[in-house]
Amino acid sequence: MHIDWAALGQVFGVSLVVTVGLVGIFTLGIMGTSPRTGGSADSGAGTGAGALARSGAYACFALCAAAVGYGIYLIVA
Amino acid sequence: MEHITLLIGIVIVTALVFDFTNGFHDTANAMATTISTGALKPKVAVAMSAVLNLVGAFLSVEVAKTISGGIIDESAGIRPEVIFAGLVGAIVWNLLTWLAGLPSSSSHALFGGLIGATVVSVGFDAVNADKVVMKVLIPAVAAPIVAGLAAWCATRLTYRLARGRDERDTAKGYRAGQIASAALVSLAHGTNDAQKTMGVITLALVAGGVVAPHSDPPLWVIVSAGLAIALGTYLGGWRIIQTLGKGLTDIKPAQGFAAQTGAATVILASSHIGFALSTTQVCSGSIMGAGLGRKGGVVRWSTAGRMVMAWGLTLPAAGLVAGGAALLADQGDWGVAAVAVLGLAVSGAIWLASRRKPVTHDDLDSRDAVAGAEPAGVVTQALQAVAPPPAGPLTAAVSPSPEAGRAPAAAAAS
Repeated sequence: MHIDWAALGQVFGVSLVVTVGLVGIFTLGIMGTSPRTGGSADSGAGTGAGALARSGAYACFALCAAAVGYGIYLIVA
Repeated sequence: MEHITLLIGIVIVTALVFDFTNGFHDTANAMATTISTGALKPKVAVAMSAVLNLVGAFLSVEVAKTISGGIIDESAGIRPEVIFAGLVGAIVWNLLTWLAGLPSSSSHALFGGLIGATVVSVGFDAVNADKVVMKVLIPAVAAPIVAGLAAWCATRLTYRLARGRDERDTAKGYRAGQIASAALVSLAHGTNDAQKTMGVITLALVAGGVVAPHSDPPLWVIVSAGLAIALGTYLGGWRIIQTLGKGLTDIKPAQGFAAQTGAATVILASSHIGFALSTTQVCSGSIMGAGLGRKGGVVRWSTAGRMVMAWGLTLPAAGLVAGGAALLADQGDWGVAAVAVLGLAVSGAIWLASRRKPVTHDDLDSRDAVAGAEPAGVVTQALQAVAPPPAGPLTAAVSPSPEAGRAPAAAAAS
């Protein structure tokens, strides 16, 4: 009997890395767009840091959207 | 080209019924956590899932080709009666697990049914044992582990990153992300599971000599299989959604997102790399992983245990029912008729039993705080009613505790 351990291992590795990566990136995006509740830390930083965080967040979301697009491509192809 | 005989017609209808049960059995995979975190309203969620299942059915015919030539040796003389008996076994098991609110793999039920019927009517030689181990047993063990670990790590990470943020601020983003990954799961489900039915119908058509072996499923097969699974999905297996969305663990938006993303990734990775894992087990595993990943998160192991038990029983139980049906169907036309009548009677009885304590989408609206406590009894009760004999004493001994333990837990969570 032939068990394809290599394929199973690949599925395991790819799934783990992609899931953690995507969730991490998406979380960063959420962090960039949601207000900080601590308040004291960056209240003085002004709009510059806010804009930077915001554009970084949009980049994160764009990455996630690209991942979803690739997922659809995988399903269709 | 021969005409489609009455028997083949019956097989096709049965296959579509199976497809329908497959749809409402597996709605939970994509939508259970989406509904329980409040990302989508129950009705909206199942409607979206149904549409994506339908779309998915048209996207590819890869699986449909391999099913008919994979686990069972087509050349060994598979007759339509055998396929019919296998389908009846799969449908009966799907309905039983639905009544108990347990997410079990519809594909395993189908494989089990086909294997059982083939063994009874043709013999062990016609079953590719290697393929069974490769395609059913190993994936069944590996799927929850792979998905669970991925979702666990992702949940840990997201909670660590979002430390110090107000949950109310982040919840909206997580919910949006969750909808996207749930959509991917639904689409993947449509491409995989609708195709299994197409494969079975094509197998029946091949067995009856209507189409040539190794041909693509005809268009009407694709359309009807897609519609059947979409309809089943839309009607929604609320019982199973309840178990996965609320019974197994308490899911918050961040966890729901991690679980769904993990499930979508594992399903896509496995089908792309060529080591197919069962959608049901992937989703259940990722929900458990996400449940454990949050600090203070608990998995209700008694519910998880019942679920795992159902997974273990799926193949043999569907096989046994199908074997019996095959024995009967082999007796000739009256045997086939008897199987059909018995199958209808059993399905009707299960449906009637479900009506005594129906679970509807109203029970699942996440803003409804009491929903968690009350229907737990339905699941437990249903399981006690249908639990197979060997498992009976164990379930009976275990079941009072989750019910007792769940009510306060649900109250505390809400």
